[in-house]
Amino acid sequence: MIMRETGSGERAKEASEAVIYKVEVPANRYDLLCLEGLVRGLQVFKEQIPSPRYKRVPPASGEMQKLYIKPSTQEVRPHCVAAVLRNITFTSESYNSFIDLQDKLHQNLCRKRALVAIGTHDLDTIKGPFIYEAKPPADIKFRPLNQTKEYNAVELMDLYSVDSHLRHYLPIIRDKPVYPVIYDSCGVLLSMPPIINGDHSKITLDTRNVFIECTATDLTKAKIVLDVLVTMFSQYCAEPFTVEQAEVIQCDGSSAIYPELKHWEAVLKVDEVNKKVGIRESGETIATLLTKMCLKSEVIEDGSKVKIDIPPTRADVIHACDIIEDVAIAYGYNNIKKTIPNSGTIAAEFSLNKLTDLLRQEVAMVGFTEALTFSLCSQDDISVKLRKDIKSAPAVHISNPKTLEFQVARTTLLAGIMKTIASNKNMPLPMKLFEISDVILKDNNYDVGVRNERRLCAVHYNKNPGFEVIHGLLDRIMQLLAVPFSRECGYHIRSCEDATYFPGRCAEIVYKGEVIGRLGVLHPDVIVKFDLSLPCAALEINIHPFL
Amino acid sequence: MADLAETILCNLASADAIDSLDLAKQLNEEHQKIVGAIKSLQSLGEVIQCEQVASKRWELTDEGRQVLKNGSHEAHVFNAIPTEGITQAELMKIVPNAKVGFSKAMSAGWIQIDKKAAGGPKVTRKVDSIEDKVKLLLGQIQDLSVNDVTEKDKLEFKKRKMLQEVILKSYLLKKGAEFSTSVEKPETDLTPEMITSGSWCTKKFKPYNFDALGVTPPSGHLHPLLKVRTQFRNIFLEMGFTEMPTNNYVESSFWNFDALFQPQQHPARDAHDTFFVSDPALTENLPMDYLERVKKVHSEGGYGSQGYKYDWKIEEAKKNLLRTHTTAVSARMLYKLAQEKEFRPVRLFSIDRVYRNESLDATHLAEFHQIEGVVADYNLTLGDLMGILGEFFKKLGIKKIRFKPAYNPYTEPSMEIFSYHDGLKKWVEIGNSGIFRPEMLLPMGLPEDVVVIAWGLSLERPTMIMYGIDNIRELVGHKVNLQMVQDNPICRLTRPATLESCYVEEPSSHWHGHIAH
Repeated sequence: MIMRETGSGERAKEASEAVIYKVEVPANRYDLLCLEGLVRGLQVFKEQIPSPRYKRVPPASGEMQKLYIKPSTQEVRPHCVAAVLRNITFTSESYNSFIDLQDKLHQNLCRKRALVAIGTHDLDTIKGPFIYEAKPPADIKFRPLNQTKEYNAVELMDLYSVDSHLRHYLPIIRDKPVYPVIYDSCGVLLSMPPIINGDHSKITLDTRNVFIECTATDLTKAKIVLDVLVTMFSQYCAEPFTVEQAEVIQCDGSSAIYPELKHWEAVLKVDEVNKKVGIRESGETIATLLTKMCLKSEVIEDGSKVKIDIPPTRADVIHACDIIEDVAIAYGYNNIKKTIPNSGTIAAEFSLNKLTDLLRQEVAMVGFTEALTFSLCSQDDISVKLRKDIKSAPAVHISNPKTLEFQVARTTLLAGIMKTIASNKNMPLPMKLFEISDVILKDNNYDVGVRNERRLCAVHYNKNPGFEVIHGLLDRIMQLLAVPFSRECGYHIRSCEDATYFPGRCAEIVYKGEVIGRLGVLHPDVIVKFDLSLPCAALEINIHPFL
Repeated sequence: MADLAETILCNLASADAIDSLDLAKQLNEEHQKIVGAIKSLQSLGEVIQCEQVASKRWELTDEGRQVLKNGSHEAHVFNAIPTEGITQAELMKIVPNAKVGFSKAMSAGWIQIDKKAAGGPKVTRKVDSIEDKVKLLLGQIQDLSVNDVTEKDKLEFKKRKMLQEVILKSYLLKKGAEFSTSVEKPETDLTPEMITSGSWCTKKFKPYNFDALGVTPPSGHLHPLLKVRTQFRNIFLEMGFTEMPTNNYVESSFWNFDALFQPQQHPARDAHDTFFVSDPALTENLPMDYLERVKKVHSEGGYGSQGYKYDWKIEEAKKNLLRTHTTAVSARMLYKLAQEKEFRPVRLFSIDRVYRNESLDATHLAEFHQIEGVVADYNLTLGDLMGILGEFFKKLGIKKIRFKPAYNPYTEPSMEIFSYHDGLKKWVEIGNSGIFRPEMLLPMGLPEDVVVIAWGLSLERPTMIMYGIDNIRELVGHKVNLQMVQDNPICRLTRPATLESCYVEEPSSHWHGHIAH
């Protein structure tokens, strides 16, 4: 996308130099998070440079940096990967970019360091092999980055609890019995992931050899993070795009060499690509388009297939469809011919929604105005304010509401309409409101343990309760639904007691022997609790029986 | 009023023209009443001619009226002096406004002062009697017979704040073309009796004021957002899309995320973004065969995919939540479709509530409506998606659309849809679209050559743009502005309801002003 947008923008640039391009980086393109990657991508797209081939090599000395993972880490942060950037030369710009990329990776791919935490160290200040272990917080003592004195880990958690940046990461390990730490062979602490590095090994503008470790709860993500970092910044090494490998010895004794820097190969049929995108291009064109997208490609088998090299920078490519998308992007979405699929399908409305829409029209015709209220509300809205006990309501409870307004899902439409009236007291009387919408009820007969129920609720608010108005509305609705007023085969209402309603002024609505709702004059306490002062009559029925 | 009007006409019969102020004086009526009668005569048509005139009048101030009633200050001074005289100090004490009165009486030559008298300056009368000319002249001004009062006097009185000049608006009446001294009282409106008796044909009727508004009809009103929803439903139905049953707001993480190949560590699955349900917290009933395939494609890959390669946990999939998109329902529908004996192409749509654990502001709500369209068919292309979107948005009155690459975990390719907004003069994002990933479709059991394209947008955003609503809370939820609901026009998507760009006239009055005075 970047290439395409900026690529097409390039032409406009000739007209005026003052044009500023806004580059939007999609959330899965970690290789475009730093200027190094962005410029590289653009240059490859404009065919100014070939897409680099990234290599890992053993050190000149032959002796790889080693990192041992101790079993103690397995309960807290089990994985670690490492690599070395040898003979690197930083400028202040590239140094800042290096730090900035780590910050960005920490925020997204590393899920705020929960999944992966990166530590970068001046290799010349430390001496391998390195030990990755976990120790009780009180036993960890070191001088953290940019601090003047030593702290133990308990003190550090306290120190950083007010740090605007670091305090967000503390919960990742705070309550663990042991905290992860990396030491060098002389006992120098490199880092206490995912919180802070030691000051001793910090990198500077003069650092020539960088030791990178990524500790993680998700090994795949750690490998990607390490690959992104080294592919981006190995361009400043004496031998660009070449990374010195390191050996990580797992607690079971097995060993792995990092970074992976795996280039893998995919083969796609040219026909298949054309068919998915909706274009008709030759294998050569498709190979060229992909090569411009940093996916080096060549035509094979007489042009019927394309072989694609997927570099380690493109962790987002996990399926042929990801490659096909790159063809479409390089081709330009807006250059693809629009077509209409020719399958004939017969449309149908969802019967419940159809009935709802028909009833909405009719209730509005009778003179009621439609409300549209939230399906989430406070516990009080559906309990205390309606003189009911929350325990008796089959309410769905939200575990993480940001405000009291979203504690539960509504079990009645009445509360929302009452609140609507309360916010519109300046409107002329009588106020006649209705809503046909879903309430949410716990029900074990459904896979999630919850079902929606479509209800019709109407409220009359005036100087007199207007029970007859609400009753008349019920009769009209039944007339529209072709339900006769009859105990045997239609509907009738019968007196009942409900705490929400004024005693003796409430009836349940019975349809074919089943209670489908209630109507009545609201209890004065209910009216007052919704911050209202005039009498109200209300009706609420389930409309499913009329489907 | 009618009597007064007739009296006015009688007066006018014997004169060429009369000023309404003169009439007021003559008939001893308040001027305002005369004006009212004139207005009602005017409404009868050409009975009278009437033009507004402005005249300057002298009018007494409060002080002037005081003088007219009690005499001038100088007269008070003169009258207060006994024949034997009085000390100046004493005189000043007993007469109000003595200072002005004293100097005026002096210059009128009514009194004299002996400054060398024993016991202080002494004032005595110089003449035996006086004529209080000030009082007299003010009386004449009040009676409007100002002939004796010279301009000099008037200016003098004005200086002494006893007189002020006011502009009076009055009407100059003349006979009109249909002048008559006896006017028939016009009827306000047609009655059943007039129709029965036929008397309407001889009656005169008051003209209507067509600049007033009519009576607001008693009415119920549909909610603006749901009016727009109805139009969107119609568009989908016109295009052969079947409505999905989306009446299940609580969903399992499995259907909301896992089935869509959205990895378990994805930020959208964070409690910061999604409402999780504490009761009932878990979904126990999941399709286990399918779940195993989903687990495998996430953790190991398959179906041509590398997978995400992480430790997929069923505990995470069981967590109940308030669905973050209606795509959860689309997933259920596609899975159901895959279980049918033979695949058949489908077009599906839904418009229903979805939830985000957001902080509320003028443009964000924790629950809003998502519009979603899904097409499943053999060998659909990206061009097909763009073509069908072109048709969909054309029905919304949006002709210029453009596509931009985007990222979405369950679609590949993914496209953001932009339309050119003529008012804002820029491209604005109007929706998201894409082709569902094979990692989502193949584990369901759909054939390999079936492609599913989909798009989504919110219902609130186009509604707010169309009706020019800035604050979403005025539109949705209990804080809705019911006046706005009542005033809201019908929804015609191809002809936006924003007020025509013309001068909106202020009606002269509301419905009760239909009958002219």
